[in-house]
Amino acid sequence: MLQLNGIYKVFHEGTPDEKIALQNVHLSLQKGDFVTIIGSNGAGKSTLMNLISGVLFPDEGTIWIDGQDVTMMPEYVRSRYIGRVFQDPMAGTAPNMTIEENLALAYARNQTRTLRRGVTKKRRDEFRELLATLHLGLEDRLQAKVGLLSGGERQALSLLMATFTEPSILLLDEHTAALDPARAELITNLTKEIVERYRLTTLMVTHNMQQAIDLGNRLIMMDKGQIILEVDEKEKKRLTVEKLLAEFRRIRGEQLASDRAILS
Amino acid sequence: MLTAITGAVESGLIYAIMALGVYLSFRVLDFPDLTVDGSFVTGAAVAATLIVHGVNPFAATCLALFVGFAAGCMTGLLHTAGKVNPLLSGILMMIALYSINLRIMGRSNVPLLNQKTVFTTIQEWGTKIGLDSAAAKTWGILLSMTLLALLFKWFTDWFLQTEMGLAIRATGDNPRMIRSLSANTHLLIVLGLGLSNAMVAFSGALVAQYGAFADVGMGIGMIIIGLASVIIGEAVFGTKTIARATLSVIGGAIMYRIVVSLALRVQFLETGDVKLITACMVILALVVPQLVRQQQEKKRKEAKRRNQAQAATAAAVGKGGADVAVKRDL
Repeated sequence: MLQLNGIYKVFHEGTPDEKIALQNVHLSLQKGDFVTIIGSNGAGKSTLMNLISGVLFPDEGTIWIDGQDVTMMPEYVRSRYIGRVFQDPMAGTAPNMTIEENLALAYARNQTRTLRRGVTKKRRDEFRELLATLHLGLEDRLQAKVGLLSGGERQALSLLMATFTEPSILLLDEHTAALDPARAELITNLTKEIVERYRLTTLMVTHNMQQAIDLGNRLIMMDKGQIILEVDEKEKKRLTVEKLLAEFRRIRGEQLASDRAILS
Repeated sequence: MLTAITGAVESGLIYAIMALGVYLSFRVLDFPDLTVDGSFVTGAAVAATLIVHGVNPFAATCLALFVGFAAGCMTGLLHTAGKVNPLLSGILMMIALYSINLRIMGRSNVPLLNQKTVFTTIQEWGTKIGLDSAAAKTWGILLSMTLLALLFKWFTDWFLQTEMGLAIRATGDNPRMIRSLSANTHLLIVLGLGLSNAMVAFSGALVAQYGAFADVGMGIGMIIIGLASVIIGEAVFGTKTIARATLSVIGGAIMYRIVVSLALRVQFLETGDVKLITACMVILALVVPQLVRQQQEKKRKEAKRRNQAQAATAAAVGKGGADVAVKRDL
């Protein structure tokens, strides 16, 4: 479904600020896999997301989606196959457009946009049904501007917009990090529900170790641009935060024990 | 006075098409496009030159629309493919168009007196159905320009509701998000600016025929006139929906013309002061709503504080009374 082969990415090459963001990253996701990614700041998680979505391009290595080499495919072409939810609740929706217009934008993701009407009566009914699955009452506010919604509501809408066209890959980039605990839990539960409903192949970055353990069937840990730990389905069922930290310390030594503050 | 107002409404309706173009770039795409100063004249130059060479005025006006579209696309390409800053790409195109306009016209001014224009044709139709010459001119122009302005308004409303139009609006609202929804923002910006300048050039072509001349300097400050119409319209008529916003723009364009023609009736103001008046109007339309809002906020807060103070005293008095009652009980 998604395959990364020998990805290497360096920023500011040849200057004093040179930073190797990713080196020799191999990752392969089967259909229906839900992989959570943890790692401290600067580990390369976001760079990885940006490479897969086509915001950035790798210096070496190839990226395959659905058996198609997309390594150099521009972002707007590739995003037909990729649903994305950003950390910032403001990033995933257009604030001055209505809820139904935002959904119409997402609806046209895997088609060529034409001069057909964006919000038709038939689509409006579909949108209403979709919104009802969020249990937030948004189905009664189709004509409200999205800028009027709260951060949690906007993030729930972003999640819906990223998923209902059933993309080949779903990328979640710390999508609950900017929300208060109650809202974060709501979005986490919705994520679980939606990913199961559409059986989406998902890659989720999180700073919350408990969340990384609770969600998904695989887990990877990144540090300094490398994947340092891969936990498969069987092992992951028995994983705890304590075990994960112990593992991290074993691999990277004591100097990173302070990272517990960042990771937990 | 009445003729002044009718004249203002007539030209307001013609300039409204230009203002709709400015609305498209400025508000919808969030792109401050200064190409307008050049493309307005391009429209006028193309139409005037063709008319002088005996081309049908309607065909000439329509051709101006396409030339304007091309000019807008060039600005869009400068910004997207050339990665030039939006303001600078507009200014570059505006300067380039100045020379191009001179080339099209062959000199700095093309008079259209005694030429067959869109407006003389409409007047002829009016006299044919039995109106006298003056009435045919006034009512013919008013009616046809109203229909034309509404046609462009309807087109804008319709287009901004299509899948492509929604994507253009999203490009102005949140480009990162619409790229993640597989829209080619570069193409959409080029298309949007093309449509915007097509309307501007069309309006320029009509203005040249209305005033019976095309002049290379007639576009100076056009962007500010367009902006004035958009801002005044929005402030007076509101922007709740797209249809409302585009109607506001047309209303704003007419109001702008009325204010200018009234201002010019003041003794000490001269025709050359129009740009100063325009600038002052835009400044007022931008600043006054802010001041009003601040004042309202201040009043609201003061009222709240007063209510709280009153409630506090009332509570204190009530408490005092209770204390007394308790004491008496003792």
